[in-house]
Amino acid sequence: MQWETVIGLEVHTQLTTRSKIFSGAPIEFGAAPNTQACAVDLALPGVLPVLNRGAVERAIKFGLAIGARLNRVNVFARKNYFYPDLPKGYQISQFELPIVEGGELAIQVGDASKVIRLTRAHLEEDAGKSLHEDFHGCTGIDLNRAGTPLLEIVSEPDMRSAKEAVAYARALYNLVTWIGICDGNMQEGSFRVDANVSVRPAGQKEFGTRREIKNLNSFRFLEQAIDYEVRWQIERIEDGHAIQQATVLFDPDSGATRMMRTKEEAHDYRYFPDPDLLPVRLDDALIARMQSELPELPQAKQARYQSDWGLSAYDAATLTASHALAEYFEAVVAKLLVSPRPQAGEGQGERVAKLAANWVMGELSGTLNKEGLDIAESRIGAASLAGLLARLQDGTLSGKLAKEVFAAMWAGEGEADAIIEAKGLKQMSDTGEIERILDEVLAANPKSVEEFRAGKDKAFNALVGQVMKATRGKANPQQVNELLKKKLAG
Amino acid sequence: MLSLEDVRRIAHLARIRVSPEEAARYQAQLNGILGLIEQMQAVDTSGVEPMAHAQEVYQRLREDAVTEPDRRDAFQAVAPQVEAGLYLVPKVIE
Repeated sequence: MQWETVIGLEVHTQLTTRSKIFSGAPIEFGAAPNTQACAVDLALPGVLPVLNRGAVERAIKFGLAIGARLNRVNVFARKNYFYPDLPKGYQISQFELPIVEGGELAIQVGDASKVIRLTRAHLEEDAGKSLHEDFHGCTGIDLNRAGTPLLEIVSEPDMRSAKEAVAYARALYNLVTWIGICDGNMQEGSFRVDANVSVRPAGQKEFGTRREIKNLNSFRFLEQAIDYEVRWQIERIEDGHAIQQATVLFDPDSGATRMMRTKEEAHDYRYFPDPDLLPVRLDDALIARMQSELPELPQAKQARYQSDWGLSAYDAATLTASHALAEYFEAVVAKLLVSPRPQAGEGQGERVAKLAANWVMGELSGTLNKEGLDIAESRIGAASLAGLLARLQDGTLSGKLAKEVFAAMWAGEGEADAIIEAKGLKQMSDTGEIERILDEVLAANPKSVEEFRAGKDKAFNALVGQVMKATRGKANPQQVNELLKKKLAG
Repeated sequence: MLSLEDVRRIAHLARIRVSPEEAARYQAQLNGILGLIEQMQAVDTSGVEPMAHAQEVYQRLREDAVTEPDRRDAFQAVAPQVEAGLYLVPKVIE
């Protein structure tokens, strides 16, 4: 039987505020246990939560960025459960009236693009951390994380494969880091994914029973966990079992998911509006200010790269994979456009953008990947790369020599011009000089000349190769071709 | 109306231990409250927007600034058991 996979994601993004969502304690990562947990975070008697404006602002930015509806009045609710790292006995979250509802995000899987609908995004506080190492038969509690502001982003069950789920998670990751509401540090838990997964016979309208995979903190684990879970569910059903609704955990070591709790054991959270917090009202001025603070979004940039610079959809998507990468690329283009240009005029923007795109996605990204570095850690700044590309554009360097200069720049040998000067890498364009070398090469290779005259094209290439060798790659290959043809014809 | 089983379940969710006699008493009391609510539900509220709070006021927002200093020593001085900066609680394994 053909099976169809149905996936929806819930993503917890930690917001980039300075202080907690309901208290003035700091949220820096890695502090000594409980040194960032104040009376409100510990739930000492008589304390009251006061909402952080920074958290509300970031949620608004997110809502605007995905074209969602902002609930002008939204409400905080108590989600009740008992666990020692949740000292109040409830988590303050949003239930019936979340701050953000609806919206959508476009994803790209291979050549196919698709729009994923979002259900909602709501503000809530994080819980503390339980340490289960042995403390004389006790559990240790660190409440530094308690009260850290989170935006939980819930998608519709619109994804049909692990690849789509990963593409969505990556697009969401790119967006929240792009607009600066989340630092994106997955090792530190700033972006945590829960995946709701079910399968159904292809063509069936109703969804199958879902199982929720909790707390995936890498895109690789997300894909592995979904692939495993889908295979497991299909096998169970084909073996004649029914899927029970459950919460499962993914074990990266075994690559398998295992049951955490079934539906019967599921929590009954008994949500109700938190009487300690008044409804939150978003006024026009605040929303307008957030709108004005939003940078140009990935989708808008992609459209602009395609329409203004003639880049392909694939190139545009690759260059906007992160805000830092797009900024770098645009800085290279801007610099090249103002540098002295022999071929200025019609199509200049397109030529420059295409050249910059090729180098940013090719040599630069390749080198960064090889060394495991982020674009922000590039050893060659945007202005320096533009300096190199300018020499490629004005014909000083051949493509091959440019790569050599790039490697030298990466090794810290200085700017392109200085390296070209120091190493004498200037492409040879003095016709007289090239002709002199050509004559030498022809004289030294009478056999090749003969073969060429006998109609062997290969011999021509061998001669070009000899010339390039003699000039140590500095001759312009096109020029060599033309001159050689002329000489052999003559 | 709540059954005795409902009462026991609610008590469990709230982590309250109730004896069988208490459970019966709470069942009667809770059902009394629910009966009251049932009476109120007879009122036609169509077209009335539900309130999230009894007053028509909105949440004031706090500036995003760190205002709370580290007072761990003071807090942990009154905690029943601490070690290595952690609060210790009876072992929990889900």
